[in-house]
Amino acid sequence: MISSIIFPLLGGALIGLSASILLLANGRVAGISGVVGSLLAPVRGDVAWRVLFFGGLLSGGLLLAWLRPVSFGPPASLSTGGVGLLVAAGLLVGFGSRLGNGCTSGHGVCGISRGSARSIAATLTFMATGALTVFLARHIF
Amino acid sequence: MRPNISAFISGLIFAIGLGISGMTDPANVLGFLDITGDWDFRLAFVMGGAIAVHAALRPLIHKRARPLFAAQFPVITASKLDPKLLAGSALFGVGWGLGGYCPGPALTSLASGAQQLFVFVPAMLVGMYLAQVVQARRSASAPTPSLSATPQP
Repeated sequence: MISSIIFPLLGGALIGLSASILLLANGRVAGISGVVGSLLAPVRGDVAWRVLFFGGLLSGGLLLAWLRPVSFGPPASLSTGGVGLLVAAGLLVGFGSRLGNGCTSGHGVCGISRGSARSIAATLTFMATGALTVFLARHIF
Repeated sequence: MRPNISAFISGLIFAIGLGISGMTDPANVLGFLDITGDWDFRLAFVMGGAIAVHAALRPLIHKRARPLFAAQFPVITASKLDPKLLAGSALFGVGWGLGGYCPGPALTSLASGAQQLFVFVPAMLVGMYLAQVVQARRSASAPTPSLSATPQP
């Protein structure tokens, strides 16, 4: 029991630390969909830190791929149906997170830490539709 | 330069946190969302750990008049629930449940070179771009007092 939650807790604590560093140093909310999504409509003077944050994410990913490749799970082999599913999933995640002003990090971590009613509602909503989707995909169809 | 370094460090720690926590393996995410099946509750502790740390540090950070390398702390004006927030979050959740990736883990996992990310991430960026286009159009077409008072050319 303890061993199964120690990594989630430790990883979560690092995510909270990262969000706190970005708030303390840059005065920004660590919402990934907002930090990176805003690069698609770049505003002069508000680009470099976003690119560097993204670079940090990728660098962290490279460190993980090198030292702890198990983090990413087994590589998937893509069927035609699998590609269609991934495209639909990506479109929905991108469109929904920008329309809803945040994702798991912006609403789920930063917003809830702030006690924001909007973020609590958003998090409950995406948890519910996520669970419903998995329920339908795994147990109905 | 310094805000760029801090942003890089924040991104780096964020990615390592995601990897260690299990969020970058979509099988864990789908197991967590499968509440009616063999529910894997572990990822609840990721959000718990992150909120515990950030909620504890936030008040200390806000004791400062301003951030270290910026003029001001974020000003969050929206306070009410609106259809856009709920509809967007609902759609995001469906995509999350289909693929097992949310934006942070997806971008971090690009570094693994796994081919599914090179399908998912471009689609996600297109989705983000479309949402921004739709919202820009809506706000441009929304009547404002000054515009509605003067005839359009």
